[in-house]
Amino acid sequence: MSDDAPIIELRNVSKFFGPFQALAGINLSVVAGERVVVCGPSGSGKSTMIRCINRLEEHDQGSITVDGISLGEDTKDIRAVRQEVGMVFQQFNLFPHLTVLENLTIGPIRVRKMEKARAESLARNYLERVHIPEQAGKYPAQLSGGQQQRVAIARSLCMEPRILLFDEPTSALDPEMINEVLDVMVELAGTGMTMIVVTHEMGFARKVADRMVFMEAGRIVEVAPPSVFFTNPESDRARMFLDQILEH
Amino acid sequence: MSATAENAVETSPRRRTSLRKMIGSRPVSVAIYLAVMWVIVATALKGAEAMGYNWQWYRIPRYFYEATEGGIVLGEIPWGLVGTLALSGTAFLLAVAIGLIVALLRLSDLIVGRWVARGFLELVRNTPLLVLLYVFYYVFGPIFGLNRYTASVGCLAVFHGALISEIFRAGINAVPRGQWEAANSIGMTGWQIYRYIVLPQSIRFMLPPMTGEVVNMIKSSAIVSVIAVAELTTVGRNIISDTYMSFEIWFTIAAVYMVVTLIISTGATVLERRYAVRD
Ligand SMILES: Nc1ncnc2c1ncn2[C@@H]1O[C@H](COP(=O)(O)OP(=O)(O)OP(=O)(O)O)[C@@H](O)[C@H]1O
Ligand SMILES: [Mg+2]
Repeated sequence: MSDDAPIIELRNVSKFFGPFQALAGINLSVVAGERVVVCGPSGSGKSTMIRCINRLEEHDQGSITVDGISLGEDTKDIRAVRQEVGMVFQQFNLFPHLTVLENLTIGPIRVRKMEKARAESLARNYLERVHIPEQAGKYPAQLSGGQQQRVAIARSLCMEPRILLFDEPTSALDPEMINEVLDVMVELAGTGMTMIVVTHEMGFARKVADRMVFMEAGRIVEVAPPSVFFTNPESDRARMFLDQILEH
Repeated sequence: MSATAENAVETSPRRRTSLRKMIGSRPVSVAIYLAVMWVIVATALKGAEAMGYNWQWYRIPRYFYEATEGGIVLGEIPWGLVGTLALSGTAFLLAVAIGLIVALLRLSDLIVGRWVARGFLELVRNTPLLVLLYVFYYVFGPIFGLNRYTASVGCLAVFHGALISEIFRAGINAVPRGQWEAANSIGMTGWQIYRYIVLPQSIRFMLPPMTGEVVNMIKSSAIVSVIAVAELTTVGRNIISDTYMSFEIWFTIAAVYMVVTLIISTGATVLERRYAVRD
């Protein structure tokens, strides 16, 4: 595979919830190492789109290829893709009955069949990377929201994925904790990780995004580099959206 | 609305819940229980007296133990209790296995699995336990070569397995969807997700109804006395047919059941408290 062949490719993807069409003919290619920030009004299908990429949602039409594997019914393929694609959720979704260290090692041990000792040193390494090595023995409920989200990022990293998906990772956080999570994500972007980030944190987007994707009503309305998107968006809808969220 | 009126609106439901809490509290419920029991026992004694019943309580202890030259020998009632506990224990383990399988089938994406689970559940839930026992003993018995004991274990396991499957299902459904999504997104298999993520979390939700089922199992195991399987109730029937002391024996047997189930409930409360700490 050559360097600029896409690692993620969505072709004409549509998705229905009953009669309601949540995605309407999405086309998107992402090359390895690229950082894409997705924004758009509530209900525009941002979550649905990235959840189709690791098949937490099944698309109804079109095709999705991730790292050379085409997503279909085959559960082995789906699991292979999920091992390469980490996901960070708005609500963290840490495993409350496991310690931080166990949250991090369960994937490597059970899915990657790694030895416990190796998994733990890997986990401690990534806890260091998200700046909370001292929390390894605690349970998630004992941590602040910002710390929990950083544990969730470390949990994804422990699977050593090639791609990370973020679905509004800071929207459930108190304002004073948003930056500690964004800082970790900026550092991550510096390592060459392929990232698709759904967020309305436009400061973060300006800093790390290679491309901005603007969605509305299940469609991608505009794709542009941040320098263009923020100063001179093509579509009126994107302009209105930016005016609204940048007002504050 | 004035401030005092608002206050009144606020306090009245609080007072009602505190009254309910008081009635629900342990000493008060024990007192109510004792009062009710007293009324029942007093009425029974009076009735027995009226019909000239000849109480022979002094003959009861020998059915618990007897002192012989060789030492203390356990009587029929403790052995009956052992029979009851062995029968209920075996049936309960089987019932848990059946319940888990039925719950997983019911929650699976296999349409056939869901149908089988649903059918099993409706069938068992809508059959009286006694009829189910007759089916196991008189129908499945000859067909599959079940004896009294295996037919009884099978019947109790199937009957309570259906109820336990609903406990599993509710417990599993009580685990938030995000847990599935997080586990799926690191590539775990469905089986791994149940084993390492979902079931450990649902134990907390399942423990109270599950101990309720243990108690129910012990109580409903009495029904196998109709096909003369050796257990506590059968022992009671046998003693009565020898001695005609029906009042004393049934009171005694009931008390033994009550002591055992109370011990289990108390143990369960302790266990629940230990599991609740980790939040
Ligand atoms: N499981 C579901 N069942 C039915 N409708 C759904 C489901 N999930 C999403 N939808 C609908 O699909 C549309 C797109 O949802 P999606 O969550 O992708 O939007 P979003 O862009 O992420 O919005 P937000 O910014 O609020 O998170 C919405 O109208 C939503 O109501
Ligand atoms: Mg969303």
